[in-house]
Amino acid sequence: MLRLLKWLVLLGVAGLGLGYWFTRPATLDPLAMDGLQGDAEAGALVFAAGGCASCHAAPDATGEAKLILAGGHAFPSDFGTFYAPNISPDPTQGIGGWQAVDLANAMLFGTSPTGQHYYPAFPYTSYDRTSMKDIADLWAYMQTLPASETPSKAHDVSFPFSIRASLGGWKLLFAGSEPTAVEPTNAEMQRGQYLVEVLGHCGECHTSRNALGGVNYDAWLGGAPNPSGQGRIPNITPAALDWSEADLVEYFTSGFTPDFDSAGGEMAAVVENLAKLPESDRAAIAAYLKMVPPVE
Amino acid sequence: MRLAKKFITLTALSLTLSAPAIAQDAKAIDGAVKARKAQMSLYAFNLGILGNMAKGQADYDAAVAQGAASSLLALIRLDASQMWPAGSEQGAAAGSRAKPEMWNNMNDVIAKAMAMQAAAEAMDGAAGQGLEAMQAAMGGVGGACSACHKAYRGPKE
Ligand code: HEC
Ligand code: HEC
Ligand code: HEC
Repeated sequence: MLRLLKWLVLLGVAGLGLGYWFTRPATLDPLAMDGLQGDAEAGALVFAAGGCASCHAAPDATGEAKLILAGGHAFPSDFGTFYAPNISPDPTQGIGGWQAVDLANAMLFGTSPTGQHYYPAFPYTSYDRTSMKDIADLWAYMQTLPASETPSKAHDVSFPFSIRASLGGWKLLFAGSEPTAVEPTNAEMQRGQYLVEVLGHCGECHTSRNALGGVNYDAWLGGAPNPSGQGRIPNITPAALDWSEADLVEYFTSGFTPDFDSAGGEMAAVVENLAKLPESDRAAIAAYLKMVPPVE
Repeated sequence: MRLAKKFITLTALSLTLSAPAIAQDAKAIDGAVKARKAQMSLYAFNLGILGNMAKGQADYDAAVAQGAASSLLALIRLDASQMWPAGSEQGAAAGSRAKPEMWNNMNDVIAKAMAMQAAAEAMDGAAGQGLEAMQAAMGGVGGACSACHKAYRGPKE
């Protein structure tokens, strides 16, 4: 997701040029979430599927401490380093003063309560199709987590990317995830599609991007260069991955591959999260992966 | 003129002298990468014997399970200290997926290796004691493998 910031060089200033009117941050009606009663227990599963703790817990947190969303995880890029903020319920350092609709605006439009653009280091580029019910549940769950007084770290980003308005032009062109070529034929595959394309934001790592940072939808899940070092994020389409659905479910549960290697790198954190979901969800992800068009 | 010739001869000489040394270094690093990958593959092979029984893909056999668990523990107890030379990280040595961070965090790497040994000892005690005991020990071993791969192994090329 940080690779896409590369083309910001070209487009960042275009945002200012196109004019604020066209690129102003989008928001929902302030009353859009009224009447939606969140269920915290269901929200815990949205939180796990979304992998929020992988980025928002303190970088060295393990076990229960992963539920303290103090932030601090660094995301280096060509433009400087972004830091995940404190999103615990603390009223001053976290987002304790927010309403559910503020979380919806953040996830669906990348817009802050003060009307600023978020950087796409926050993968709202995938979360933008999250259901309103899931956001209400997630919000209810996040209220139950411990507050942290750790202040958010300011991003260390250079001009002009330090100006959030410069993101408007980029958003106009690239934000708003597109439907993929995958056409689910039953409810399980549909559930898998939602978990992979939206909450699980698998495409943020497993799909390559074009020179301007747009997602290569015709090579969906076909693998990508590793943004944070050597090697490649693997191709997980049927062209490269011949694992059975049971093999995939096992990998998403225990991290074991069919030959009993164990998941590593950033995927280990994804597996920790997927393991918290009901088995039917892991099976839905496996069913979806089996019907993704093969990318050679 | 003579000086120049002397210089060229000396350079050529020093090149022939140092070339085998450099080649041997690269060879030593290549050997170390191959050795540690072979050791890891043997971990996975023995763990696979246990894992397939745990998943019900093979019938539980106490003697076979005990053999695999004892082999895993013996493999883990091999001295691997010479298998991780400086300069053998991913990007520097062909075929290596070991992240450079390993060499700046040796205490943590050792702690993770010790945690794996403890989990393999628990498995060694459990594997012959029935399917359920063996299944219960699987998570500990898998978690110990994954904890190190999470921090210190990069994706494939
Ligand atoms: C890949 C890492 C990553 C993941 C996964 C992630 N976030 Fe974030 N998030 C960020 C970063 C980086 C920012 C800062 C963006 C900015 O400042 O423009 C952020 C910002 C936010 C904000 C705005 C906070 C503020 O103070 O304005 C909220 C709310 C948020 N994230 C919630 C979530 C939730 C809920 C999830 C899970 C569904 C999630 N995030 C998953 C990286 C991540
Ligand atoms: C933050 C980046 C990231 C995200 C998000 C991510 N993955 Fe991965 N994935 C990886 C990396 C890195 C590997 C390689 C793991 C290794 O080297 O052991 C991987 C490996 C895999 C593999 C094994 C492939 C193989 O050939 O070994 C599968 C299957 C997979 N991911 C599926 C998914 C699914 C499904 C999702 C979404 C729910 C997802 N991934 C989200 C980074 C990611
Ligand atoms: C202390 C850290 C550590 C622990 C513990 C660990 N590994 Fe590894 N493993 C690595 C590293 C680093 C690599 C990459 C080595 C390389 O490519 O040079 C690796 C690579 C592997 C590979 C790939 C080998 C190849 O041929 O490319 C397998 C399979 C594997 N490990 C299995 C296991 C299993 C099974 C366990 C648990 C019983 C385990 N590992 C425990 C660090 C560890």
